Amino acid sequence: MSEAALQVRGLSYSINGVAILRNISFSVAAGSYVSIVGPNGAGKTTLLKCLNRILNGTADEVQIEGKALADYAQAELAKVMGYVPQGGTDQVPFLAYEFVMMGRYPHLSPFTSPTATDHAAVLQALETAGAADLAGRQCATLSGGERQKILVAAALAQEAGIFLLDEPTTFLDPHHQDDVLRLLTRLNKDCGATIVSVTHDINAAVLSSDDVIALRDGQVVFQGPPEALTSGTVLADLFDQEFHFVEHPVNGKRLIVPLAVR
Amino acid sequence: MITESPNRALALPALIIAALASLVICPFVGMEPIPVTVLSDSGAVDGALRTVFWQIRVPRTCIGFLAGAGLAACGMAFQAMFRNALATPFTLGVAGGASLGAALYVRFGLSFALLGISGVSIFAFLGALGSISLVYGLTRLRHGFSTAALLLAGIAVNLFFSSLIMLIQYTSNYAHSFRIMRWLMGGLEIMGYERVFQLMPLVGISILVLYAVTHELNLMTVGEELAISRGVDVRRTKGILFIATSICVGGIVAVCGPIGFIGLMAPHICRLLVGGGHRRLLPATCLFGGLFLIICDTLARTAIAPAEIPVGVITSVLGGPFFVWLLVRTPAGGLNIALR
Repeated sequence: MSEAALQVRGLSYSINGVAILRNISFSVAAGSYVSIVGPNGAGKTTLLKCLNRILNGTADEVQIEGKALADYAQAELAKVMGYVPQGGTDQVPFLAYEFVMMGRYPHLSPFTSPTATDHAAVLQALETAGAADLAGRQCATLSGGERQKILVAAALAQEAGIFLLDEPTTFLDPHHQDDVLRLLTRLNKDCGATIVSVTHDINAAVLSSDDVIALRDGQVVFQGPPEALTSGTVLADLFDQEFHFVEHPVNGKRLIVPLAVR
Repeated sequence: MITESPNRALALPALIIAALASLVICPFVGMEPIPVTVLSDSGAVDGALRTVFWQIRVPRTCIGFLAGAGLAACGMAFQAMFRNALATPFTLGVAGGASLGAALYVRFGLSFALLGISGVSIFAFLGALGSISLVYGLTRLRHGFSTAALLLAGIAVNLFFSSLIMLIQYTSNYAHSFRIMRWLMGGLEIMGYERVFQLMPLVGISILVLYAVTHELNLMTVGEELAISRGVDVRRTKGILFIATSICVGGIVAVCGPIGFIGLMAPHICRLLVGGGHRRLLPATCLFGGLFLIICDTLARTAIAPAEIPVGVITSVLGGPFFVWLLVRTPAGGLNIALR
């Protein structure tokens, strides 16, 4: 637990002179579950994309599993870090199985077809994600919840130890939200995966994370345990809004409830 | 393992058989049907007909298959790379550049050859490479290497080159003007095997390179960001694709002129036949493209014999309506390359 899976110091990113991320520093312990919260436009998605080089920010230091990000070849990076993007697979012209197999890319060689090992890894990933029954479906025909499972399965097939997830539960009904959150928790606890999940769901972040990072205007304004997020004025300052809190009936954690608007 | 529909599994062998069959049969068909006995040395077929068969029909069929396969493969690569159903070597300005090169060569009445390669080929080839460099440079100048910017630059360059060709044609004498127009229609009129051996390595190497990046093509179809996160070095892959396709298209356009529609149509049809996975889509597309072009050329040779219709006219006349039919009968999203 002591070694940092991610170590970020002084990360900045701007588009056409507009700063999206400013001097971001944080670290994520190996095997921990970290949620990133913050208002819309705070730079959460951009931060994830800078971590796996979809975007190239500037930084004093970004280390992934103790090695500088710049020293990774892209395929090498994919072996240590999986990514579950926001949104869907609705325009993907492949079977779910084929799509998950694409997660094996860093393990494949150019001229060969996937090996028995690759097929086994894909089946295992589908099983773990609870998506085994979706394997033969066209991606375009999957529902939102099913798509999310397939995206997670594809990242699992990469066999990386770190998972970056961008709003994995948005657009899902409560049942599927629970499914996905349970899956992530299982990955974290049982498989020792490091989870970094961007979310708008403060309660989910409180209930599932070891650590929460709050971003606002491209800067880290809070990093600490979820208990600290929901005490004091952290959330009120983050969102410019008062929150009401209740205690979770089972574990006693402080959760937010919607304001009574009428 | 997922068992797939038997239709998909059978499509590739069926295409192989169809391609072989058309390669064997088409040389015998023509204004003057040639009996199978031409293959034996017995002298049953007279010498002139024998020459027609071996020096005209067979090499012409070979070059048709090469050109069709190469254009189709490049169309497939561009559609995957740009996630755009309309991305072909032609929409990206390559054909425009090659045509401009050839038109210039004809306009100024040049006549030379270098290392056995005809001057018009060299000019067309340089034009193709030039336009690709220009398109590439334009996109790098401002927007990085984004898909939309590249397509826009390609269309702009193509339009610009088209007007230059019109200008050249307008200022040419009657004979030159006709030659340019004829070349622009595309055709496979060659004699002997020289052009075949020129084109074979260009097309062969390019297709081999494409075969080496089929995993990358799959991921790029799904989306650039996802491809990067799965470990694809997208910048490098695009560079490889760019060079391979420009060599292939440049070579083909130089020899056969800009034959349209194959690069657009073959990949789409094959996607319906064998699915979107490029490991199987690439060979299927090559076979279909080659098969399609030699059948079109056979039609071009026989439809109004003894005159010939330019094969580019045939591919468009057949390809256009077929494509519309395909669009109409396919449910939304069925063509499966996301339009952004």
